[in-house]
Amino acid sequence: MDFELSEDEGALARALRSICANRFPLESLRSRELQPDTVDRESWRELAEAGVFSLRTSEDGGGLGLGAAAVSVVFEELGRALVPGPLVASELAASIIGMTGGTEGNAGSPLPAGGPLPAGGPLPAGGLLAGQVRAGVALVGQIHLGDSWERAGGSFPGSGRGRDGILVEHLASLDALVVVSERCLQVVDPRVVDAEPVDRSLDPLTPLWRVARLPEGEEVGGPEHSRRWRSEEVLLGAALCVGVAAATLDMAVAYAMQRRQFGRPVGSFQAVKHICADMLVRVEESRCALHAAALAIDQPGVGDPVRSVAGAALLATRAALACSKACIQVHGGMGFTWEIPAHLYLARSRVLASAMPGAGELEEVVASRL
Amino acid sequence: MDLRYSAEEEELRRSLRAWLAGVLRGLPQKPRPDDWDARRRYDMGWQRLLYEAGYGGVDWPKDAGGRGSSPVEQLVFLEELQRARAPGVGVGFVGLLHAGPTIIAEGSAAQRARYLQPILAGEEVWCQGFSEPDAGSDLAALKTRAVRDGDDYVVSGQKIWTSHAQVADLCELLVRTGTEGSRHRGITWLVMPMDAPGVEVRPLRTIAGSSEFSELFLDEVRIPVANRVGAENDGWRVAMVTFAFERGTAFVAELLESMELMRLLAASAKESGIWDDPCLRQRLGSLAAELDALWALTRRNVSEASRSGVPGIGGSVFKLAFSELRQSMADLWMDIEGRSALVWGEPADMWVNSLSRTIAAGTSQVQRNILAERVLGLPKEPSTRTLEG
Repeated sequence: MDFELSEDEGALARALRSICANRFPLESLRSRELQPDTVDRESWRELAEAGVFSLRTSEDGGGLGLGAAAVSVVFEELGRALVPGPLVASELAASIIGMTGGTEGNAGSPLPAGGPLPAGGPLPAGGLLAGQVRAGVALVGQIHLGDSWERAGGSFPGSGRGRDGILVEHLASLDALVVVSERCLQVVDPRVVDAEPVDRSLDPLTPLWRVARLPEGEEVGGPEHSRRWRSEEVLLGAALCVGVAAATLDMAVAYAMQRRQFGRPVGSFQAVKHICADMLVRVEESRCALHAAALAIDQPGVGDPVRSVAGAALLATRAALACSKACIQVHGGMGFTWEIPAHLYLARSRVLASAMPGAGELEEVVASRL
Repeated sequence: MDLRYSAEEEELRRSLRAWLAGVLRGLPQKPRPDDWDARRRYDMGWQRLLYEAGYGGVDWPKDAGGRGSSPVEQLVFLEELQRARAPGVGVGFVGLLHAGPTIIAEGSAAQRARYLQPILAGEEVWCQGFSEPDAGSDLAALKTRAVRDGDDYVVSGQKIWTSHAQVADLCELLVRTGTEGSRHRGITWLVMPMDAPGVEVRPLRTIAGSSEFSELFLDEVRIPVANRVGAENDGWRVAMVTFAFERGTAFVAELLESMELMRLLAASAKESGIWDDPCLRQRLGSLAAELDALWALTRRNVSEASRSGVPGIGGSVFKLAFSELRQSMADLWMDIEGRSALVWGEPADMWVNSLSRTIAAGTSQVQRNILAERVLGLPKEPSTRTLEG
């Protein structure tokens, strides 16, 4: 048993952090605030080259054949750097299509399996892996992840809506829109979707479209694929949340050291340092929970994957929401200005949380698996 | 990252399970909580059994008489003991987890020879004389005075929160040997025999009605200079060497026990019908998710210690989070029991005792300072810097 990052995992995290620093520095992200397309194709391709969209696809399928642990490490970095765009959906589209049962993570996974999907369908695997195709997601209705989840009186819901009047992120940047419902996975051509851009989105880096009605698309997977999609989406969302929480902790600490009042750094006051200590606890707890959940998927027998994914999602969402607020508090009045990027993390934490099942549902899932 | 145990680790688990299955059947009845002599006999008897089976000091190095196991193997050991409902460390706590490791790290050859084996064999009980009425969170303010007189120190003063003092043979004692304002730089670590003339033990009654803490009144107690561990005035460092270890795996048994409690609460709630209350299910789910996270954090700490030989920052994170979680768990259990909880027993005992969690072994406020200053690198508060000169 060695629950520290392996050398490869550490290298992967460092590589991603350096790509994010070079390719997605805050200044360049901020130049795209409130625009309809917040991520350029070249940067996206660079993420693809770094393996972001091919991590879980088997080597036979042209991917790296890694497990959920590697993805969670990578997505924490993407969350930390506030990288915008349909990251989770593009990774899932690639890995669920490329899934030929060859990887450690996918083969013996206790989560809903789902078999290989037809290559050369409406979602070209090669294009997704190479970052030439960007896939987004629209979740419709409820997705039940397992019997016990239903018995608990809750299910892992999506938006809880039908096909009418839903919000889709990054629509103008998409080459494919995956519609996930309990019954199936469908792929819709985003150009034929009848949608109105939302005038202003809460997150300046996550533009939204109000879709009047989703057209029927081409079916590319059944209920098992939908469940698999939803459970992995929750795990990757949790990883992004941990990254957001960790970034706000770093930001708050840096500011608390530098900002002086009463002739000394505000970080020397216990009232301020205790806020930071509580942020640290949330980050450490949720990161450990995330990694344990990923390993419960990768390494059958080490834990209950459903319970641990739900628990990690609960703690990570809470950490992102609470830490991004605390970060603004530590920044004082400056934290309330547009100029200081603390509000971008605040907004992103809400975007991420909104894609997750609610806290109550996650708690029900954990309780039902006790 | 790998959460699977190696073949050797699983082998240790198997042999422990086999041994526990046999030995636990022959254990005597658990003593009453306030019968201290019986508790000493029970806890030391259990330690003796562990010692004879080669499990006396799983995490102690081989040359100190221990098993020299890795932190991961120690975790397996603690997991199996908890799973089998084996007795806890009890009154052996200070000896095995603090005084012993301190002497291993800082003691002379003669001291190691004198003190270590009786701890492992369950022959001597230790207590801790660190805190004082005016030196709690600010331990470096301690005033108990030790004056050199020939080959002895003559010690006078008062200690408080000394666990198991009424049944202890030896006390790890922090005394002031430097000048009055010398703070960290004027403290010395001594081994005090509890039967020395001038040592008076007065048990304190806690809000739970129990008597595990005592006050120690020391009136010109003569302690041989040979009982000093480390140099004179270097006792602060000597004491701190092992504080980090105390926070490493000290709570594993209680964490696993807490996870078990969540399962029991869920089962009994289903039986009684209160499981239909979504509010209750969600509180249970939330606490269980946090416990799972702390179990993950524990395994991360242990992995870090296995790699580096030193426990990392996780211990302080764990202590802070777990103390508050224990209180929330006890609150939930009390709520579930309703008026039945007014009858003394469980959960009332756990609930009242949970209040000590955020105070003992470093208050949660001090823990937050430690995390902020030592992990996050935030500056010390100006007033304490002035005090520490």
